Amino acid sequence: MARLSKLKRQEMFIGYLCLLPWLLGFIVVTAGPIIASFILSLLKYDMAHPAVFIGLQNYKTMFFEDPLFWKSLKATSYYTLLVVPLSVIGSLLIALLMNQNLRFMNLFRTIFYLPSVLSGVAVALLWSWVFNRDFGVLNYLLDRFFGILGPNWLGTEEWVIPALAIMALWGVGGGMVIFLAGLQGIPTQLYEAAEIDGANSWQEFWKITIPLLTPTIFYQLIIGIIGTWQTFTQAYIMTQGGPNYASLFYVLYVYFNAFVWFKMGYACALAWILFMIILICTVLVFRSSSYWVYYEAERR
Amino acid sequence: MVKSKVERTAKNFVLYFIYIIGSIALLIPLFWMVSTSLKTPAQIFKYPIIWIPHPIVWRNYVDAFLAIPFLRYVGNTVFIAFTSIIGDLLSCSLVAYSFARLRYPGRDFFFMLMLSTLMIPGSVTMIPQFLLYKWFHLIDTYVPLILPAYLAYPMWVFLMRQFFMTVPFEYDDAAKIDGCGYLSIYWKILMPQIKPALIAVAIFSFMAHWNNFMGPLIYLNSQEKYPLALGLRLFQGLYMTKWELVMAASTMALIPPLVIFFIAQRYFIQGIVITGLKG
Repeated sequence: MARLSKLKRQEMFIGYLCLLPWLLGFIVVTAGPIIASFILSLLKYDMAHPAVFIGLQNYKTMFFEDPLFWKSLKATSYYTLLVVPLSVIGSLLIALLMNQNLRFMNLFRTIFYLPSVLSGVAVALLWSWVFNRDFGVLNYLLDRFFGILGPNWLGTEEWVIPALAIMALWGVGGGMVIFLAGLQGIPTQLYEAAEIDGANSWQEFWKITIPLLTPTIFYQLIIGIIGTWQTFTQAYIMTQGGPNYASLFYVLYVYFNAFVWFKMGYACALAWILFMIILICTVLVFRSSSYWVYYEAERR
Repeated sequence: MVKSKVERTAKNFVLYFIYIIGSIALLIPLFWMVSTSLKTPAQIFKYPIIWIPHPIVWRNYVDAFLAIPFLRYVGNTVFIAFTSIIGDLLSCSLVAYSFARLRYPGRDFFFMLMLSTLMIPGSVTMIPQFLLYKWFHLIDTYVPLILPAYLAYPMWVFLMRQFFMTVPFEYDDAAKIDGCGYLSIYWKILMPQIKPALIAVAIFSFMAHWNNFMGPLIYLNSQEKYPLALGLRLFQGLYMTKWELVMAASTMALIPPLVIFFIAQRYFIQGIVITGLKG
């Protein structure tokens, strides 16, 4: 280190100095709490009484004695399995349809994109009214155009998750924008070359468009999975986890344990399992990516 | 193959048909919200649906506005949002500058470490954070809601880093020759170059804080400190079945994000595309 020039040392010093906000944050609000969370998960702690060390008891309770844990796993994974594939495929399809040079194109893109920037309590309230069984607009349209008697969306166990999935798909335009950028990044020479070779548009789609979009699809999958496992506001506002815990989203259950029932230790154990679930899902998607994600750089 | 004109017109016709149907489907919920917010209770429970209310009841907005301390909640939200935006802009750009323009051992390791923390669910760190803030007697203050903004959110650091990377290094070198220090290069030379990224982060940050619900729910107890998101929740509890008032309140809460979206659409999309393509 002594041989570093004064300039280099100065650059290093400034480098770490500028890094400080993130480094502090990493230690104080990320790494530290993760370790603390694991330690807490081994305790019985309600904030009013001193903590008691109980080893892995929280994890044992969770897996063997807590039906609500399984319910929340079921609700959240069902929702993930509905929302993530549908929104990736949906936003890709919409992006393909929107990737045209027609008049009013920007207007339509804006309209499709708009819902994805809205979120939070107001949107949850808006959708609970849309899903209203007797006077909601969704059941009205179902009746009017298809003659279907719509279900009690948020009030029945089998429809509450599909309803929340429909609401999530309203924001499909966010993914569309990303796919559109991906589509516009594909060099046109590739298509020209393919046409000279006599490829039809179907072949062009499967051999050029899709392979070059796989990195984007991959990213959308990861972000989608991480996002759906953290669903909270909609569930809290629209269903409170009901009916009969059918929409007890995982994070909602963590919240109830920690801040309503003050089972801090148990809530931390739950949160750690969530961490593991997300980690495993991400690793699986990453592992699989070598089979289906195409990176141009590798071929060079 | 040259496509015939008829074929192209037919294709465009189909496309426009899809665009229009799709747009209507996506806009119906919003239209329905505004329409409900202007109805009398009797009109709300009519079948078939009344799309355009008659008479238009503007009064609902006044009632919704007066039913809860709406203005105070908006003020609280704006305060939280703006102090956080300043923090996000400063901290993220500083860290991004370090990652993009300076060379020192461990930089790339830290960068990868930072990106990998994006995978950590907020609920894992939420409880220890709460206990930490409680230990410092900061529950029922805005500190837990604002402080994280000063600790550089990785996604936005990444966004700004990508922008910093596009500025030619000759700028730094020229400034150094003129005797400019690192921090003034950052502040005077590079910051003006990444304005689109700063605007994008400012917008994302505003949206995130305007909509944040779980944070205030956990940390705030006193109603007079509530941001709008908690205020709306309170409103829902009080006026459960008065849908015209609930929808009027929701409409008012969605106006600021909508206005910002329309004003700054370009920056918004640019930001989304850059963070979205990092895979």
